[in-house]
Amino acid sequence: MKKILAVDDSASMRQMVGFTLKTAGFDVTEACDGDEALKAAQVGEFDLVISDVNMPVMDGLTLIRNLRTLPAYKFTPLLMLTTESGVDKKHEGRSAGATGWIVKPFNPDQLLATVRKVLG
Amino acid sequence: MEIDLSQFSQVFFEESLEGLESMESELLKLEVNQPDDESINTIFRAAHSIKGGSATFGFTQVADYTHLLETLLDEIRDGRRQMTTDHQDMLLLSVDLLRNMIDALMRKVDFEDPLLAQLETRFTSALAQNSSDSEEEHNSAESSSEESTPRNTTWIIDFQPGIDILRCGNDPSLMFNELRLLGELEVILVDSTLPDFSDMDPEACYLHWQLTLVTDKPLEQIKEVFEWVEDECTINYHQETDTQVKEQVEEVGAPATIETSSSTEVIAKPKAVAPAKTPDGGSIRVSIEKIDLLINMVGELVITQAMLGQIGQQDTIDEESLLSMKQGLEQLASHTRDLQESVMQIRMLPISFAFNRFPRLVRDIGQQLGKQVELILKGEDTELDKTVMEKIVDPMVHLVRNSLDHGLETPEVRVGKGKPEQGSITLNAFHQGGNIIIEIIDDGAGLDTQLIHKKAIDKGLVTEDEELSEDAIHQLIFKAGFSTAEAVSDLSGRGVGMDVVRRNIHELNGTIELKSVKDKGSRFTIRLPLTLAILDGQLVRVGKHTYVVPLVSIHESLQVEEQRINRISESHELIRLREEYLPVVKVFQEFGHEADFQEIRDGLVMVVDSNNEKIGLLVDELLSQQQVVIKSLEDNYSKVPGVSGATILGDGTVALIIDISGLVALAGIANMKEHAA
Repeated sequence: MKKILAVDDSASMRQMVGFTLKTAGFDVTEACDGDEALKAAQVGEFDLVISDVNMPVMDGLTLIRNLRTLPAYKFTPLLMLTTESGVDKKHEGRSAGATGWIVKPFNPDQLLATVRKVLG
Repeated sequence: MEIDLSQFSQVFFEESLEGLESMESELLKLEVNQPDDESINTIFRAAHSIKGGSATFGFTQVADYTHLLETLLDEIRDGRRQMTTDHQDMLLLSVDLLRNMIDALMRKVDFEDPLLAQLETRFTSALAQNSSDSEEEHNSAESSSEESTPRNTTWIIDFQPGIDILRCGNDPSLMFNELRLLGELEVILVDSTLPDFSDMDPEACYLHWQLTLVTDKPLEQIKEVFEWVEDECTINYHQETDTQVKEQVEEVGAPATIETSSSTEVIAKPKAVAPAKTPDGGSIRVSIEKIDLLINMVGELVITQAMLGQIGQQDTIDEESLLSMKQGLEQLASHTRDLQESVMQIRMLPISFAFNRFPRLVRDIGQQLGKQVELILKGEDTELDKTVMEKIVDPMVHLVRNSLDHGLETPEVRVGKGKPEQGSITLNAFHQGGNIIIEIIDDGAGLDTQLIHKKAIDKGLVTEDEELSEDAIHQLIFKAGFSTAEAVSDLSGRGVGMDVVRRNIHELNGTIELKSVKDKGSRFTIRLPLTLAILDGQLVRVGKHTYVVPLVSIHESLQVEEQRINRISESHELIRLREEYLPVVKVFQEFGHEADFQEIRDGLVMVVDSNNEKIGLLVDELLSQQQVVIKSLEDNYSKVPGVSGATILGDGTVALIIDISGLVALAGIANMKEHAA
């Protein structure tokens, strides 16, 4: 079973993402900010990380930058979950090492499609 | 897969309300001229989360509106726009507006408020002023059902990925897989750019591909496959038509041969098909620590139960097992007590949840009245039952409004009295015994004793020749039909008097006291039980029945001699107690059963408080005092006048809890005092 780490400071988004992915048969771990996610990522090895961008404590871009420095996450798909569809954020995300992004609002089907896409 | 998004709405509502709260408190703290980054960030994040959530869950009205807030805040955050007090006002108004919008969503009604359009206009015009950029957000609409290009087209795609593509977790082969979903794909590897082996970085990508895709899908959809990587990669799309005319396509929308179609139904709408549940029960967040404590305690209980169970299996009980059984029962008692306490703890929230709304209230009203006010909050961590908290907020708001309106003076008056220009209101909370005490203290003018006395005489609440202490006069404001303000102002005079405040507090089994000193200020002290589920009760016996009287209402209990009893009608009697006349309710009469003592002189009179009046209850005997768990009669039977609930006693019998004001109404003695006077 593929392991996914879902990071969002909003509990409802976390639930929605978590529920959708669990229902689709993924093993989902949730974290509510970058710091928590980074700690979780160091313990468990995830096949995919989906992270919100704007979060307290540690934002999503910093999380992605940090994850890319870990050998285990060098080539792991890391997705940004963001309302900011502006070009700037995407550039920033790419240079931070993000694989891609999912733009809010999205529905469960779109989320699943994207997740299946990056997990092959 | 069909996933019903409405199941997450409740959490969304709750976190949005929390977000609005932190937004509000940050906004109030904010120094508009030098906003601190962290505050702006917090405010931005709240707006941002609400926007993201509402868009996802299909609440477009909220999403559209918060988008305006977010845009403004984003500009302020990036330093592209200077924050003004006008912005602060608009944002605070938005907090209120959004609360109402979310409230409407929770109740599943349409939201309409002219303020929405007004604020939208204000935001739009504020944003229009020299806004440096206004990025339009485009929804990434999945265009799935296309019929616009029915004929197959052959696309030749020259794909040269950036050298770092793998380091971002992108895998070209996955993209090819995706292209295969669109049509027939042929992949040709171009390895001409491979460096010498010695120069090769194993983590880099040196390969190029030439892809031939035969598909009836539009170019946009093909481009979407490469959306994440298009900036770092060189991708050229050539179209090979039937007539072999090649056309290079660089940008979306350029080729005339491609008809774009748009289907943008991305939002799953929670329609009427939503499950009919939505209980208004609300939920509560509990720290894991508290839950762990509970689990721990249940563990202890299980152990004790196992121990007792073992003894129970023995056929004969010798002295030793009798001893351990006694020990076990003692442990059981102590565990049960601990468990009860811990369960109660779960419902406990810090009173800051109630206090939080006051900075805004005090600021707004102070501004409105032209008064300078400092609000001091103390004991914000003091915990209180969630239900009690919800019910005490309104009375507190009323008291604070009163203090602002009638208590505190205008700066000029204050200076004239030699006080600092800025008045202060203090909210203080602390635990005392099994109660929580909430104080509302102002350093204003204090109550005007003469005015109150005059008013009370005019209203016929007291007679002119009645000798009253200053304190007794102050207490008159709690009487029904008393309104203090000379002219009813729009603030305090909302048709709700202090009598209602007092009644609300009584309904929570609490009390309110008042101390006021002229020109020094007033202090209201509210005393509440920590929880509504448990009551400190005095058990009394009347005939064969046991009743519970809330301990907090009891002043004293006494035996009354014959000469102090006045009979004013067949069923109404008064007793004289220290120059006061108190009506007496005979409990057995009201509940219609037998009693040992039918006459006041034989029985015991318990002096209790009923809506700020003292009355006597005739009972046979006082039993013990104990905490009782309140069971609702309404849930299990129906509402009974004079009874507020029931409880189960240690011996398994049921005792009714007396609702004193209900009983007084039942006895019809409300105006008995006037008869006596």
